[in-house]
Amino acid sequence: MICIKPSREVRSLRRSATRDIRERTVALLLLLCGISSVCAIFLIITFIFAEGLPFLIQAGPSFLISSVWRPTDSFSAGLWGIFPIIVGSLIVTLGAVAIGTPLGVACAVFLAEIAPAPVRRVLVPSVNALAGVPSVVYGFFGLLVIVPWIRGQFGGFGTSVFAAWLILFIMILPTIISISTDSIRAVPREYKEGSLAMGATRWQTIRSVLVPAASSGIIASVILGMGRAIGETMAVLMVAGNSVTIPDSIFAPTSTLTAQIALEMGYATGAHREALFAMGIVLFAFIMILTGFANLASRRRITY
Amino acid sequence: MEAKRRELVPLALLWGAGIATLVILIVILVYILANGLPVISWQFLTGEPALWGQTGGGIYSTIVATLAVTGISLLVAAPLSVGGAIYLNEYTKETPLRKVIRQAAEILAGIPSIIVGLFGFLFFVIYLAPITGGWSMISGGLTLAFMVLPISLRTSEEALKTVPTELREGSLGIGATRWQSITTVVLPTALPGIITGLILGVGRAVGETAAILLTAGGSLNLIQSLRDPGRPMTLNIYDVLTEYRDTTTAYGTAAVLIIAILAITLITDVLMNNYTKKLKGL
Repeated sequence: MICIKPSREVRSLRRSATRDIRERTVALLLLLCGISSVCAIFLIITFIFAEGLPFLIQAGPSFLISSVWRPTDSFSAGLWGIFPIIVGSLIVTLGAVAIGTPLGVACAVFLAEIAPAPVRRVLVPSVNALAGVPSVVYGFFGLLVIVPWIRGQFGGFGTSVFAAWLILFIMILPTIISISTDSIRAVPREYKEGSLAMGATRWQTIRSVLVPAASSGIIASVILGMGRAIGETMAVLMVAGNSVTIPDSIFAPTSTLTAQIALEMGYATGAHREALFAMGIVLFAFIMILTGFANLASRRRITY
Repeated sequence: MEAKRRELVPLALLWGAGIATLVILIVILVYILANGLPVISWQFLTGEPALWGQTGGGIYSTIVATLAVTGISLLVAAPLSVGGAIYLNEYTKETPLRKVIRQAAEILAGIPSIIVGLFGFLFFVIYLAPITGGWSMISGGLTLAFMVLPISLRTSEEALKTVPTELREGSLGIGATRWQSITTVVLPTALPGIITGLILGVGRAVGETAAILLTAGGSLNLIQSLRDPGRPMTLNIYDVLTEYRDTTTAYGTAAVLIIAILAITLITDVLMNNYTKKLKGL
């Protein structure tokens, strides 16, 4: 299909002295493109930390453990407490992961092992579409369908921890499904064939051979899903209620780091803005810890 | 037989999980489209927005704003990601630098959009205000570029990896330089995969909200230049809902977005399928 013809350009350049310079220039430019990702990370970290770290140091531990968040009338350090916001982020994230993991992993096993080709042809692009739906659309759906349903069914405002769980678990499904499917597919065929040949049923093979062999990838997918959930902003902002309190029930409103930053950046100035950047640092720390765990999990992969 | 019968329930549950995932997607899509499609009309797509405080009106200015920020992000991220992928796949072996770049791209892909937004606000909106115009299409687009970059980089690299080594060797063997064999042999072969990566990046840029919220300004006026603030479609959904609960406009805008995203998913799916078929046939 591909025809390789030494073009006139190729032939004339063959002995050309400019060829060397050109090759080196191109290599250098490509190197610059390559390290642009590294520069991007560096820039982001530098700016977030430059704005937020001085505040974080000045406010000290009370920033993390105090429960009073009153940014607009703050004269003492005690009013900068994000403890309820951190708790809110964790509750929302863990609940979404707890709901999303069984469904996501089951769907991944289905895709990798059970689904006939035509079903897979429909389901794979559907999972991709689920990943492509903008988070604000999920939030919109949550606000107009899930929130009123919770309000009618369980009382309260409807905007609640539970609403955030129901929207977020859908949003992390694609992450869990696609990475888990890949890791189940990566299990060598011999394992499966050996198990089936010894008389194990399909389900026995899945449960005692395939899933254990793919466990490191599956765990990594769940951790990455957790990262997606804790970093999600718009959908949570629209359905969680944005109340800086530790929720006393799953039908009570709460707030998360992401939602609070998005909500208050519009009017924050001075120390308030610095506090929001400090919250960004806390969020960043969570993400880095999760990324580290995900890397550990996938590095532990059994070498075949 | 006993074992066979006992596996029926778990297998049915796995089928259930697959079907449930599909049903979730269909419910969301049908709900948005059923409510949004009736709103869409020529007037809605090309009309001016309602006056401040009123509901209804067209979304032309938000479509233009989406195109502007997406275009800028692609203009910056496309060369960087494709160039970076070429560097990673064609110019390095397993060196520490390569590992660092891969790791950086992975971390970049995992950074929450609100953090990228915070950075974009500080760097583009405040720090580079004389150049970007503060809250503007440029600030929004450049911020989005940070999110498009890792997606396109990863997909482009995957595409380059699938190009058979024999093609490179053949080209180098007849005397082409490395860059010549890349431009004439490797890139054309990997093109569908690279385009897929860029389209995925476009999807990300079109659907992004949180970063845009902090950098693009949010003005509903039609932008006159790229240094003007504007309100892309995603932000419009959020704003019309939270400002005056204009669900009609939100449904219409969401339906336009969903159609765009579905088109993007379908195109990439078809491209990737044809591409893998072609490679297998090689």
